[in-house]
Amino acid sequence: MKYDVIILGAGLSGLAAGIRLALFDKKVLILEKHVEVGGLNSFYTRKQRTFDVGLHAMTNYTPKGVRTSPLGKLLKQLRFRHDEFRLCPQEMSEIRFPGKALRFTNEFEFLEQEIAEQFPSQIDGFRKLVARIREFDELNLDDSQRIPSREVLEACLTDPVLIDMLYCPLMYYGSASEGDMDFYQFVIMFKSIFMEGFAKPVGGMPYILKLLVDKYQGLGGELRMGAGVEAIEHKDGALQSVHLENGETLTADKVISSAGAIETLRLCRPAVIEESNLETGQMSFMESIFVLDRLPKEIGYDKSIVFYSTEPRFKYRVPSGLTDVTSGVLCCPNNFQYPEPSSEGVIRLTNQANFGLWDGMTRSDYRAAKKEYRERGVNALLTYFPDFSDHIIYIDSFTPKTIFKYTGHLNGAVYGSPTKIKSGRTPVKNLFICGTDQGFLGIIGATLSGISMANLHILQAEAKSETGRN
Amino acid sequence: MTREQVRQAILNIISDIAPDEDLASIKDEEKLRDQFDLDSMDFLDIVMELRKRFNLEVPEKDYQELVSMASSVEYLFPRLKDNELVS
Ligand SMILES: Cc1cc2nc3c(=O)[nH]c(=O)nc-3n(C[C@H](O)[C@H](O)[C@H](O)COP(=O)(O)OP(=O)(O)OC[C@H]3O[C@@H](n4cnc5c(N)ncnc54)[C@H](O)[C@@H]3O)c2cc1C
Repeated sequence: MKYDVIILGAGLSGLAAGIRLALFDKKVLILEKHVEVGGLNSFYTRKQRTFDVGLHAMTNYTPKGVRTSPLGKLLKQLRFRHDEFRLCPQEMSEIRFPGKALRFTNEFEFLEQEIAEQFPSQIDGFRKLVARIREFDELNLDDSQRIPSREVLEACLTDPVLIDMLYCPLMYYGSASEGDMDFYQFVIMFKSIFMEGFAKPVGGMPYILKLLVDKYQGLGGELRMGAGVEAIEHKDGALQSVHLENGETLTADKVISSAGAIETLRLCRPAVIEESNLETGQMSFMESIFVLDRLPKEIGYDKSIVFYSTEPRFKYRVPSGLTDVTSGVLCCPNNFQYPEPSSEGVIRLTNQANFGLWDGMTRSDYRAAKKEYRERGVNALLTYFPDFSDHIIYIDSFTPKTIFKYTGHLNGAVYGSPTKIKSGRTPVKNLFICGTDQGFLGIIGATLSGISMANLHILQAEAKSETGRN
Repeated sequence: MTREQVRQAILNIISDIAPDEDLASIKDEEKLRDQFDLDSMDFLDIVMELRKRFNLEVPEKDYQELVSMASSVEYLFPRLKDNELVS
């Protein structure tokens, strides 16, 4: 039996691509290695509590009625009503650096006002930067032009602290590369965080994933769990078949893979040389989840998300030690505008981490180190926030090693390779990539990536339309 | 299908691809793009739905005929009149 399309991975991009194809009666099969759907944004259960792996906040939040935003487009393409996502906007977030704090909400003017007050000499430059961002076409799928963001920022702003404060959330929520990011990526992230905003769905990722899986299967899409792909066979550069770890062979006209660019090319048989031109991603994170005996607000944690640095200059790079606690992201999932307050208080803490060092440890060292770096992380937080140690009733932490184990992304690189393949094309004809390494990141970004690759390479190719970009 | 049914068929498609829209207020002469911010991806969906539901191919040079409800009915009626209305 031959499929029209086989998709590797039931993460957000794979599920979204699957829905698009199933909508138009394609015979489509999603193969997922893991036993749960969701990939980088899945969920897991410990001691009867369900935790989201990735979800701090969904970026790109726009309210119902905004049709031209990424979220508006995504809802239409997957045919959901806005209400079905049950999104609850954030309350207020913050960027904290020594002696400086910039608060922001889902209203962009609020941040502008904060900058005018905290950095009066920079506000004109900031407005100039915003004008550049507004006029930039970040969704163009043409790869040729590369502009380092730092150049653009330094042409507009002169205060390095403000530059770092703006970079901090954008890097943490979407930079595959260390040090700087490409300007198109900066624009995507700036819009998704500052101009659009944060929200969380009632029911977390399990709810959103179920919505996607139900829609996909309701349309006749097939999904196989625990079905890892071991090899993608091609002949003279043209796709032949897909081999599963259990020995089965499947065939399809086209394959879309969300496993990552290099990860996908490594599955190709015979080997594809182009692999060596791609950089492997390095940026990964350690994350701790603290369940509290009260709500974060009751102990002085009143923001939705805080991006902080305890040093005046912010660094985004693979740390030389296991985990770098001098900067991080603090998320209080309770501080979103839920219709009903959640029963338990939770604080999540994310720090940059080094995959190689975490991966190289023995089991007992690994456990001890997790505890140690979690404590160091909490101690660093005390620079700005009250101690919450006495209120912790449950703790869980995961590291780059965990992320690699469950998603297969090399180095546990959450945002994949620094080199994005915007066209989604690979050296193998009829094999395409979507998701993390195609260039749109985060929950909404990955979903849009799946949609746009299914449109471009299957649906539009068939309709022979030249709509090109989307 | 009658003209009215062709119009209904198009309405059904739009309400499927843009489930948040209130289509009761649709103005037949006005551009769909302007009324509902439909973009090229949405028009592609309309074309693909026509193929799926009525086995009708709309060649790319004719996409412009779908610009408003009125022009769509004008264009589609002769092509769909022998079809049955499906949801
Ligand atoms: C700790 C953490 C926090 C995050 N926080 C946020 C956040 O707050 N907001 C936000 O918007 N985004 C966040 N993200 C990012 C977001 O989760 C990702 O960008 C997005 O989920 C990527 O989706 P994807 O479909 O591209 O890839 P993936 O989710 O990785 O999907 C790939 C899938 O392919 C499967 N697979 C791999 N190899 C094979 C194979 N050989 N055969 C079969 N299946 C295979 C994997 O198991 C996986 O399920 C976070 C991520 C992490 C890890």
